[in-house]
Amino acid sequence: MSEKYQVSSSPHVRAKDSTSRVMLYVIIALLPATLFGIYNFGYKALILILVTIASCMASEWIFDKIVHKKNSLPDLSAVVTGLLLALNLPAELPWWEAVIGSVFAIVIVKMMFGGLGQNFMNPALGGRCFLLIAFAADMTNFASAKYEAYSGATPLGMIRNEGLSSVNVMDMLTGQIPGTIGETSVIAILIGAIILILTGVITLRIPASYIITFAVFMFLFGAQRFDITYVVAQLCGGGLMLGAFFMATDYVTSPITPGGQIIFGICCGLLTGIFRCFGANAEGVSFAIILSNLLVPLIEKFTVPRAFGVVKEAKKNE
Amino acid sequence: MNKYVERLYNGVIKENPTFVLMLGMCPTLAVTSSAVNGLGMGLSTLVVLVFSNLLISLFRKVIPNGVRMPAYIVIVASLVTVVQFLMQAYLPSLSAALGVYIPLIVVNCIILGRAESYASKNGPVESIFDGIGMGLGFTLGLTIIGLIREILGAGTFFNMPFLSAIDGFTPATIFIMAPGAFLVLGFLVAGMNIVRRKMEAKGKPLAEPAGCLSGDCAHCGQSAMCTGKSAAAENKEG
Repeated sequence: MSEKYQVSSSPHVRAKDSTSRVMLYVIIALLPATLFGIYNFGYKALILILVTIASCMASEWIFDKIVHKKNSLPDLSAVVTGLLLALNLPAELPWWEAVIGSVFAIVIVKMMFGGLGQNFMNPALGGRCFLLIAFAADMTNFASAKYEAYSGATPLGMIRNEGLSSVNVMDMLTGQIPGTIGETSVIAILIGAIILILTGVITLRIPASYIITFAVFMFLFGAQRFDITYVVAQLCGGGLMLGAFFMATDYVTSPITPGGQIIFGICCGLLTGIFRCFGANAEGVSFAIILSNLLVPLIEKFTVPRAFGVVKEAKKNE
Repeated sequence: MNKYVERLYNGVIKENPTFVLMLGMCPTLAVTSSAVNGLGMGLSTLVVLVFSNLLISLFRKVIPNGVRMPAYIVIVASLVTVVQFLMQAYLPSLSAALGVYIPLIVVNCIILGRAESYASKNGPVESIFDGIGMGLGFTLGLTIIGLIREILGAGTFFNMPFLSAIDGFTPATIFIMAPGAFLVLGFLVAGMNIVRRKMEAKGKPLAEPAGCLSGDCAHCGQSAMCTGKSAAAENKEG
């Protein structure tokens, strides 16, 4: 009987969710894109994925040892960071550059700011952008024997330079194109996205507002205005889908308020559109997301929901 | 310690303008894309600093207090003009690399700071040594930052092949661009904070970062971001 009257402080109902469980779902959801990347780019992609995951885990473990923190490997976030980083790299990248990117992502972007939960931008994207600026030539070298027709450029670059007719939108949808390891197949990414949504790991707010804003922007301001095929090609090309579903939705670096998530998605979409239309490069997803990451504290400040029962303070007439 | 040696030690270590006082950050971040640029910038500042300290110290009793800032600026600007012309004549490539940052030495906080806090209150010989110490500290800081950025970002060591001689080495160009300056400076300042802690433990504290001039934390607008707050508060109580 006494158990029934037990008094304890909240929380009384606990969900089964834990950090490692959420991270495990993300890893499972990334598997279709990962497997397709390995199928598409061969053993080099597999090696690169293993190298980044191993070096992310190693640098997190070593950093924890050096600063005498509790070993944070069991939360699996280092594995997710390593996998996401690898999916954002071209398969031909030298392995030691991938190691530098992993160390930068884990040590500088994540651990130095206090570890998981304290990082101000997505570690995997931080690592990718570091590599993109540091080793620009290697990071944009997508040449592979399988896609000689593409002369080393990604479809996005070809649309920009040679026009829409030079690419096959159906190939872009299935992923039979050059690019980074994980970004090419929209179908594989969408399978992962459905897993994430069904398991409740992410909601549609950020990806939907991101993709819709971007599509509208490209429809109105793209190189070929008011052309649906062009918009579809832009949606399927580059890292947009991977970024929208897997990186913009990172819990730590996206707003926690529902309204804020929509504003955040719109920011990402607008910036991606601006970078792709008016920037120096054909791609702009990663820079758009990390710039929007920096806006998150501001967005959250202005979208704090009204607490239950609190009446909105009437505006003073002056 | 001899008071002249003490001035040199003060400038290079205890009040190092780059790593301890955090003064003159604009040239520190902007021109240190190679070791030679850093060294050139540091040495030009050193020359200006030594002569401005000397002249201001000599004229310190003549300059009326109310117009001391314009007077200092005139002295510093004249010296900078001399350095700029000399550099254009004898080191045209360095002059081109440093560009607008040479004329900007006029408004370098280190030079005006030393004029205000040291040269205007001390004799000419001490002021010269203060200028040499501070100038060397600044040169050291800029050369170290420039060297690290050059080795990582271009693979060269004072423009000689170094890492770039290794086959398959690709320089990380981010280090000779703007973000690299912030990354390298951040790590060096973090290293300096370790040194600062060790020196404090030994009872030989380094100077507070610049900006904290009064030590009055209660009325300081930057109190929220201040890292030296606890130390200053302890000093007050003790």
